[in-house]
Amino acid sequence: MYVLKRLFTMLVTLWIIVTLTFVIMHIIPGDPFATDSKAIPESVLENMRARYNLDKPLPTQYILYLKSLLTLDLGPSIQSKTTDVNTLIARGFLPSAILGIQSMLLALVAGTALGTIAALNHNRTFDYISMFVAMIGISIPSFILAPLLIKYMAVKWGLLPVASWGTWRHTILPSLALAVTPVAIIARFVRTSMLEVLHQEYIQTAEAKGLSTWKIVVRHGLRNSLIPVLSFMGPLFASVVTGTFVVEKIFAIPGIGKYFVDSIFNRDYPVIMGTTIFYSAVLVVTLFLIDMSYRFVDPRIKLASKGD
Amino acid sequence: MKASSAELDHLFHPIDRSSMADQVLTRPSVPLWRDMIRKLLKNKLSVLGLALLLLIILLAVIGPSLLPHSPSTQSLTRTNLPPSAEHWFGTDDLGRDVWARTWAGARISLTIGFAAAAIDLVVGIMVGGVSGYMAGRGRLGDRVDSILMRIVEILYSIPYLLVIILLLVIMKPGIITMIVALSITGWVGMARVVRGQMLQLKQQEYVLAAQKLGTSHARIIFKHLLPNAAGIIIVNLTFTIPAAIFSESFLSFLGLGVQAPAASWGTMANDSLGVILSGQWWRLFFPGLMISLTMFAFNAFGDGLQDVLDPRSHN
Repeated sequence: MYVLKRLFTMLVTLWIIVTLTFVIMHIIPGDPFATDSKAIPESVLENMRARYNLDKPLPTQYILYLKSLLTLDLGPSIQSKTTDVNTLIARGFLPSAILGIQSMLLALVAGTALGTIAALNHNRTFDYISMFVAMIGISIPSFILAPLLIKYMAVKWGLLPVASWGTWRHTILPSLALAVTPVAIIARFVRTSMLEVLHQEYIQTAEAKGLSTWKIVVRHGLRNSLIPVLSFMGPLFASVVTGTFVVEKIFAIPGIGKYFVDSIFNRDYPVIMGTTIFYSAVLVVTLFLIDMSYRFVDPRIKLASKGD
Repeated sequence: MKASSAELDHLFHPIDRSSMADQVLTRPSVPLWRDMIRKLLKNKLSVLGLALLLLIILLAVIGPSLLPHSPSTQSLTRTNLPPSAEHWFGTDDLGRDVWARTWAGARISLTIGFAAAAIDLVVGIMVGGVSGYMAGRGRLGDRVDSILMRIVEILYSIPYLLVIILLLVIMKPGIITMIVALSITGWVGMARVVRGQMLQLKQQEYVLAAQKLGTSHARIIFKHLLPNAAGIIIVNLTFTIPAAIFSESFLSFLGLGVQAPAASWGTMANDSLGVILSGQWWRLFFPGLMISLTMFAFNAFGDGLQDVLDPRSHN
C-alpha cells in the first residue's frame, strides 16, 4: 500500500516538474530566433518555428511535449543543429556516472571510517581532530576546492593531469573535489548514530561475551548505525549530482553537467528543459528507490508502516 | 480500631528547624536563558563560530571604508597586483581592489542569505504551524493538514537547485531575484520542522488547559506553541542561513547571480577561474576563504546551539 502511494507521489512529482519546466520556459518573452533574425527571411523563420512546434497554440505544444517525453524524446537543441538532448545525455552519461559513483563510494567508505573512529574515541583527541576535519570539509564548497586541487596537485606538484577526460588518473581530482563535503557529512552522521548504538544493551552483551572491538563495531555497530545514513543518501546523491555541474565545468569534463551549464550560458532553452527533466527524473527515482531500500534494510520500519 | 489524637501526637514531632540547613539552595537559581548562554560559552568551537560570524558581519559593514578604494573603480595601471600594504587582498584584472570587492560581496552574499532564510522562516512557520495545529482537529482540520503536507511533500522531492536554476535563467538577475528564487522552495524544510514540533507540543497539558480556558487558536499558537518550539526553529535557522549563502555562491559561480559590476563571493570565485593558473591566487583565495569561513562559523555555532536548545539531539 505504502509502495503504491509512494509510487503515485513520485509520478505526480515528475509530472509537476515537467509542467513547471514547460511553463517556465514558455513565459520567456520573445522567441529563440529573434536575436539573429535580421538576415533570415520571414519564410525561413516560419519554417524554423514549425520545426520546433512554436507556431502552435501553447496547450497543443504542451501535449506534444508530453507525448515526446513519453517516448523518451527529450527534444532538440537550438544551438547545435546536429545534436538533440538525448544525444547530449548519451554522450555525457559515462563520465558523469563514473564521477558520481566514484565519489559516492569514496564518501561512504571514508566517511564511515572517519565517523566510526571518532565515535570509538569519543571526547578524546582523535574525536576532536576528525570532527574538526569534518567541519572544514563541510565548509569548503567543491567549486573552491576544485581550482585549488588543480593549482597544487596538478600544476605545481604535477601529480595528476590538470583537466579533461581520458584515463582513470583524470577522474581522481574531480572525484575528490566532489567527495569532500559528503565525506564530512557522512562522518558526522555515522559518529552520532554510532555513539547512540554503542550505548545499547546488545553492545554491552557483545562486550560481556568477550568479542573484540573490531567484531563489535563491524557486526553490531556499523549495521545498526548505517541505517540513519541510508536515509541521508537521497540528499547526498542530489548534492553530488548538482556538484557535477561545477566540477565538470572546472575540470572541462565532457559530462552531462558540463553540457547543462553550457546550455545555461547559451540560453539554449530546449536543452535546459530536457536536461532539467532528465536530472529531476534521475533524482526522484533514486529518492524513491532509497526510500524503498530503507524499509527493506530496517525491518522495524516495515512493521511500523503496517500499523497505519 | 481508631487511634486517639493523644496517641497520634505521640507519633509525630515538630521538626527541628536547624536541621533544615541542608535543604537551603546553596547556588542562586539561574534563569534558563542564562544557563543556556553559560553552556554555549563552554563550547569553544561554537564560541569561535560566533566570534567569526560577528567579525565577518562587522567587516562587511566597515570593511570597504578601511581602505581608500572603491569596489568598482577600475585602474589600468594597477591590474593584477598581489596583496600589499596598499591593496591588502591585491587587485584584479581591471585594477579593482579585491579587499573592497570582497566586503562589498559579503554584503550581497549575507543579505541574500539572511533575507532568504527570513522568508523561509516566516512561510515555514505559517504553513507548518497551521498544518501541525489543524491536524487531528476534525475533518476540516485533517483536510487542511493533508493538503498542505501533500504540497510540502512534492516540493520536498523536487530537486530545488534545478528549479532555482530554471527560475534564474528566465528572470532578470539581481539580488531580489536571487532571494525570491532561493525562498520559493526553501521554506519547505522549515515547515516540516515546525509541523513536527506542533504535533508534539499540542499534546502537552498546558495547551489543553489553555483550550479549556477558551483561549483563541491564534493565541495558543503564538503564546504557547511557538515559544516552546523556538529552540528547534532557531537551530534549524543556523543551518538554513548558510545553506542559502552556499546556494547563492553556487549559483553565482554558474553565472546566474548578481550582475557586474556588483559581485558576490561566488561571482568573484567564478571570475578568478581563468587566472588561478597564472599565479593570481588571491583572486580565488579570498572570496573562497570567506565563503568557507562563513559556512564554518554558522555550522560551528549551530552545533553548539543545538546542544543547548535541542537536548534530545545527541552530539
